[in-house]
Amino acid sequence: MDTRVPLLSVESLGVEFRTRGGIVHALEDISFSVGKGETVGIVGESGSGQSVLFYAVLGILDAAGRITGGRAVFGGLDLVRASAPELEEIRGREAAMIFQNPRVALNPIRKVGHQIEDVLARHTSTPSADLRRRAIEALASVRIPDPERRYHAYPFELSGGLCQRIMIAIALACTPSLLVADEPTTGLDVTTQAAVMDLIGELARQRNMATVLITHDLGLAAEHCDRIVVMHAGHVVETAPTAELFAHPRHPYTARLIATTPHAGSDLRSLAAIPGYLPDLRRSDLPACRFSERCERAEPACGERPLARLDAGGVHSVACRSPL
Amino acid sequence: MLRLIGRRLLAAIPNVIGIVIVTFILTRALPGDPAAFYAGPAATQEAVEQVRAKLGLDQPLWAQFVDYVGDLAQGDLGLSVSTGQQVLDEILRRLPASLELTLLALLVACAVALPLGIVAATRPGSWIDHACRLITTLGVSLPIFFTGLLLAYLFYYLLGIAPPPVGRLDSMFAPPPHLTGFYLVDSLAAGDVALFIAAGKQMILPVLTLAIFVLAPIARMTRAGMLGVLSSDFIRTARASGLSSSTVLYRYAFRNAMLPVVTTMGMVFSFMLGSNVVIEKVFAWPGIGSFAVDALVQSDYAPVQGFVLVMALLFVAINLMIDILYTVIDPRVSIDD
Repeated sequence: MDTRVPLLSVESLGVEFRTRGGIVHALEDISFSVGKGETVGIVGESGSGQSVLFYAVLGILDAAGRITGGRAVFGGLDLVRASAPELEEIRGREAAMIFQNPRVALNPIRKVGHQIEDVLARHTSTPSADLRRRAIEALASVRIPDPERRYHAYPFELSGGLCQRIMIAIALACTPSLLVADEPTTGLDVTTQAAVMDLIGELARQRNMATVLITHDLGLAAEHCDRIVVMHAGHVVETAPTAELFAHPRHPYTARLIATTPHAGSDLRSLAAIPGYLPDLRRSDLPACRFSERCERAEPACGERPLARLDAGGVHSVACRSPL
Repeated sequence: MLRLIGRRLLAAIPNVIGIVIVTFILTRALPGDPAAFYAGPAATQEAVEQVRAKLGLDQPLWAQFVDYVGDLAQGDLGLSVSTGQQVLDEILRRLPASLELTLLALLVACAVALPLGIVAATRPGSWIDHACRLITTLGVSLPIFFTGLLLAYLFYYLLGIAPPPVGRLDSMFAPPPHLTGFYLVDSLAAGDVALFIAAGKQMILPVLTLAIFVLAPIARMTRAGMLGVLSSDFIRTARASGLSSSTVLYRYAFRNAMLPVVTTMGMVFSFMLGSNVVIEKVFAWPGIGSFAVDALVQSDYAPVQGFVLVMALLFVAINLMIDILYTVIDPRVSIDD
């Protein structure tokens, strides 16, 4: 058992969205933790609520979203109950986030150097005469060649890979203790993907920074993460150290996810798709286990509340009535 | 930048040539015979023919056109038959009156519409959003002459708090010494505060009328632009970096939302120049719009041609300004261009 005090500890977090089509039960009873300097993967097919989870934790949900309950303790402060100014202080300084599609995630009409300076000016007491130098240092720290020249570049003048490095430079400018990387390599080509992931890993080690990697790619998570949290339709279904998860997946969804992950040399026909779709989260009759309608091991009891949670030994936990 | 301006000016030349040809033909195609008009109702056929020959209207169309273009090349817009004045002088004297009205109305409209659009976009569905929708719907659905008459009736006739709609100045005041032709500017330059207040009072109702008319498109565009930008990825990045909400709203969102708004302002300014014709009639404003209408009624060709030409040149200038503004706001434009 991990005895260190976790950096981020999320307990029973729930999130709803009010839409014209009804209330979307986006997240229900989410619990997990991230230790100092640890790399945790949040894995699940797109639409499982991984991004929304961290929007909620960092206080950047859009107006239609609402936290229904739970806690998210980060550095001793419960972010769910923190005020908007408190959250603004933490975002970018203590906990930063980077996103997919870096070319559209940067302000298109502002020089990238100035975008870094904006964050530095907001969170540090850097005298304005030094801002430029520190912005160039931030660019250099993410290995952008010729940082003095790139300082003046606009996002449209840079490649996707360079834009993602700029995003990382913005996120890490104030040396946060937690970086949330939301599908950071989506939209980049394969060699750039590897370079970006290596850069994140290396900077995290240098600064003893915890990293959360949100991805739908179990292979990517396996390569970079100490521990993996598997999410499905707004639930955490399984949490385990990476090696253990791959060796002994206990949740049927995790097992399916592993089977659907292509690896070198595998035949296209041997790739199994997971049957069915994510359930419509606007339904009022959602079963306790949101995977039960896609699951071949489902029994009538699976629909009954509460959702069963099993301790599968050590730090391995699974939310299933009949685990593998 | 200079190359861009040069290229746009070159591209405007065919436009101007086209406008010269079209206005010439259009004025000739208008019903009514100017020779008969100026000879008077009691004139004999002979007298009418004499007037026609004097005006050069007995020449074939192409000869009249060559004449017209030849004069135009020397900066001569011709003589107004009804007033006997040089058209160019008359337009130059009246243009500042129209421009002062239009620019001030645009300023007032922006001062109301931009904050209204921003607030409506940041709180969609709130009462201020509904108020924004109501105001913009009213603004576009009320015809401008109606708003003008309504305001004059309400504030001058019923309430008596606005000065009578008798033009740029009450008859008790003499216009300030000519400097820019804008009475507000000239009166201040002359240090005459009483005159400044008098000129300002006269402007309130016509400026309000015009401003209400153009407020709607600017507010709608600002709201739509802000809504689009606020839901974009880079705003999420800015918020995730903990930038303060005012930085996110103004430095990040508003500057990006300005792009469609600037385009709208160009169109709106053109609408306003057109609407001046009506406003100037309602408020007895001595601008170029009322000048053109009077000339049109009297089949006075030269002022109408001159008016259309000046308007066309103004449009070209406005579009050029919009293009330049675009390159200032958006670094992507000058490269893509």
